[in-house]
Amino acid sequence: MTEPVLSVRDLHVEFASRRGTLRAIDGVSFDIAKGEVLGVVGESGAGKSVTGLAVIGLIDPPGRIAGGEIRLAGLRIDNLPPEELRRIRGKRIGMIFQDPLTSLNPLYKVGDQIVETIRTHLNLSEQAARRRAIDLLAEVGIPAPEKRIDGYPHEFSGGMRQRVVIALAICAEPELIIADEPTTALDVSVQAQIISLIKRLGRDHGTAVMLVTHDMGVIAETSDRVAVMYAGRVAEIGPVQDVVKNPLHPYAKGLMGAIPTLAGEDKRLVQIPGSMPRLSAIPRGCSFNPRCAFAFDRCRVERPEPLPRGTQSVACHLYDDVPAESVV
Amino acid sequence: MSDAVVSSSDKPSAQPVQAAHGWFSRTLDSDLFYSFRRSKLTMVAAAITVLFFLLAIFASVLAVQNPFDPAQLQLMNSRISPLWTADGQSPFLLGTDEQGRDVFSAILYGMRISLAVGVAGVIFAGALGIALGLIAGYFGGAVDGVIMRIADVQLTFPAILIALLVNGIAKSILGNRLDATSMLVVLVISIGLSFWVGYARTVRSSVMVEKNKDYVAAAQLIGLPAPKIMLRHVLPNTMGPILVIATINLALAIITEATLSFLGVGLPDTMPSLGTLIRIGNNYLFAGEWWIVAFPGLALAALILSINLLGDWLRDALNPKLR
Amino acid sequence: MLAFTLRRAVQAIGVMFAVGIIAFSMFRFAGDPVNQIVSIDTSAAERAIVRKSLGLDDPVPVQFVRYFADAAQFKFGVSYQFRQPVATLLMERMPATLELAICATVFAMVFGILMGVYSALKRDTVLAKLFQAVSLIGISLPTFLIGILLIYLFAVTLGWLPSFGRGEVVKLGWWTTGLLTVSGLKALIMPSITLGLFQMTLIMRLVRAEMLEVLRTDYIRFARARGLTTRAIHFGHALRNTLIPVITVAGLQFGSVIAFSIITETVFQWPGMGLLFVQAVQNVDIPIMAAYLLMVSLIFVTINLVVDILYTVVDPRLRSTVGRAS
Repeated sequence: MTEPVLSVRDLHVEFASRRGTLRAIDGVSFDIAKGEVLGVVGESGAGKSVTGLAVIGLIDPPGRIAGGEIRLAGLRIDNLPPEELRRIRGKRIGMIFQDPLTSLNPLYKVGDQIVETIRTHLNLSEQAARRRAIDLLAEVGIPAPEKRIDGYPHEFSGGMRQRVVIALAICAEPELIIADEPTTALDVSVQAQIISLIKRLGRDHGTAVMLVTHDMGVIAETSDRVAVMYAGRVAEIGPVQDVVKNPLHPYAKGLMGAIPTLAGEDKRLVQIPGSMPRLSAIPRGCSFNPRCAFAFDRCRVERPEPLPRGTQSVACHLYDDVPAESVV
Repeated sequence: MSDAVVSSSDKPSAQPVQAAHGWFSRTLDSDLFYSFRRSKLTMVAAAITVLFFLLAIFASVLAVQNPFDPAQLQLMNSRISPLWTADGQSPFLLGTDEQGRDVFSAILYGMRISLAVGVAGVIFAGALGIALGLIAGYFGGAVDGVIMRIADVQLTFPAILIALLVNGIAKSILGNRLDATSMLVVLVISIGLSFWVGYARTVRSSVMVEKNKDYVAAAQLIGLPAPKIMLRHVLPNTMGPILVIATINLALAIITEATLSFLGVGLPDTMPSLGTLIRIGNNYLFAGEWWIVAFPGLALAALILSINLLGDWLRDALNPKLR
Repeated sequence: MLAFTLRRAVQAIGVMFAVGIIAFSMFRFAGDPVNQIVSIDTSAAERAIVRKSLGLDDPVPVQFVRYFADAAQFKFGVSYQFRQPVATLLMERMPATLELAICATVFAMVFGILMGVYSALKRDTVLAKLFQAVSLIGISLPTFLIGILLIYLFAVTLGWLPSFGRGEVVKLGWWTTGLLTVSGLKALIMPSITLGLFQMTLIMRLVRAEMLEVLRTDYIRFARARGLTTRAIHFGHALRNTLIPVITVAGLQFGSVIAFSIITETVFQWPGMGLLFVQAVQNVDIPIMAAYLLMVSLIFVTINLVVDILYTVVDPRLRSTVGRAS
């Protein structure tokens, strides 16, 4: 088996606050293979963005990675010294943030920002870097790139700016792109274009993509596999068709019920009652139990661990009918 | 944004200045008093400020002589260095100046004058600013336009320049040879006219907000005169910010008075404030008689620093949003 | 952008007009212009003749227009004290004040920015906390006390620097400069520090606050995610974005520096416009006071205008959009 591009094992992220330590990520594990798109979905506060930031090493104090490991193509990166981690950021891992309007420095021409990034990571002359910047702008679908390269961010529309941001993320041919809600701040009409752009880039360059979003529709359209997160843990992970068609975790079931489909117009959208707990008040046992229609006594005392179930893996006591020892 | 951070950090939200009556009842309750007790620096600053006020009030009791009374000054006592130095003489703790004036006594009386001018200047500026703010906010339109435009223009010039100009104009109208008391009045007016803008802006914006509220209309319907309503409701609401401005302005007013006196356009030598003492002492610096300028300077610096610290604390405690 | 500049220019003219009215009122009503011409023992009849010849019997608006027209040609009347045209006196002294103000501003900018950046980037170090304490003291100490302290230390005790005057000056046309001689430069040091210290603390606090603000923005986070070096992020991206408001404030403060030089010039007996103004206030020399007010206002207004235009040059967002002021 080839090594996955990204391998996260039992990741813990904590934030120190006045009221004690808050656990934002509590034992998350997943892999992303070359050329694969992993969608990470969940409500806000579920820890999706924090997971992305932890991978790229941008968790700032008072937050810290408290346990587990992150490997990039086999190399452990969660405990690298800051300078080595910096060399990896932008070169081997590219990141796209939610809001293209605020991601670019308003005082610099977009070309300068791209050239700066290229020259930070690749040993190219100013001229060569500029040619590459123009090629990149063309590749992400910006018309007349040799002209637009000298424009300032405010001269670009939101969708165009997000394309610039993507060009910046891929300018050193990274092995992994982390896209944190890349379409949330955009017009609906532009969202689909950006999604297909990210998908195409992943396919053309064999880049692994970690796509963080709260929009199950985007995931269904783009991803190969999906991880459903809830309160800092992975509730369910598996191939996207399987999870969409046959969600196992009660929370995933609720989430899939909440995707509107054209085919099932007569079906009513299912709502998940209640809301996700705050980090300071995560219930004992399964963190989903207060909102779960299937919760039983065990859910209120014991935390469920991930169980393999066919192609999927689910953290729910409902599927633990076989004694733990005999599960292979 | 990392979701976890947002949901986890429930910082204490800025306490709104409540629309309660009686600013004082609020003063004593929890937050303000608590934040005061927590900041040691503020407590020290408050203690120094109170001490200076007490020294000023009881100057005549504490001083070894009345430095304003030429009969009590003896030239044979002139230029004595502080008590702890080789040439020190009792009872002149901090030494004497060239007229045989005890520096410690002079500081006490000078402090009294500096504080009196400062407080009077702040009260005058406050009264003027609040009145103009109420008028501008209440009448609006052209009146408001004229008042606020003057405020804008004045704000672009440093207060010291305004104070100097007012001072010069007053003297040219009243004649150059003024007695000490009229100079005092001129000083208070110069300072008052330099610092009214802050109050006017605060009061005006508060009036603008209150004016359109239903209770004003309701009160008018039952026949209460609008100005009376405004006074009853607007002023209590603005007391907090006004107190902050007044505290910071007190420090500025004292600096302004000291500066004017230092420049020789403030109080005369016969009625010296701290600024006058510093100007006089400055002439003896080269002769090595450093104490004549050093102690008044130190007293002035300590006074201003303490009041500034109090003002900073008050501003943060009353309303963190008020910059 | 043109509309924006135009609007600012109109505002500037409005301010100058208002200041002109004040200066005229001072000149005409607070001081008696006849006194400029005559001596104390001139008879009342002669005074009346002079009064008429000066046009002081004309309607006030006519006099105002005349005063303004004269002022526009730098004719401000004659000083009571010096019996010389005010314009000549002011022009003689302007280079001293401007040189001092410029040196003080440069000092304030350089040290204010350095200290501000340092205390923003190394927030918890001892030095950063020391800077904060110094800035509080710098704001609380009256300018003249700082001047006296410096004189005592460096002139009286150590004898390194002169305590008063400009030192040797070199004439360059009508301009006199102290920048070309050693004694001139030495004489500039203490006054510049005294005058600039307050601005320095102001700039330092502003730079620190702005820098901390900028470091929290999304584009800085994205710059880090792109793997740029800390150096490039701090000094390329964060500092440039920080400096825009700082330039504005420092520019606007230049006017205040000129006004505050009144105090510094008195402490150091610096032969500039400020010292002239203080002497005028002491001796109730109204023509000089009125002229100084006009000159300083003109400088203020011009600076405000220049800063507004400069702002649009530095910030590309303002270049294309029309007047997004604030």
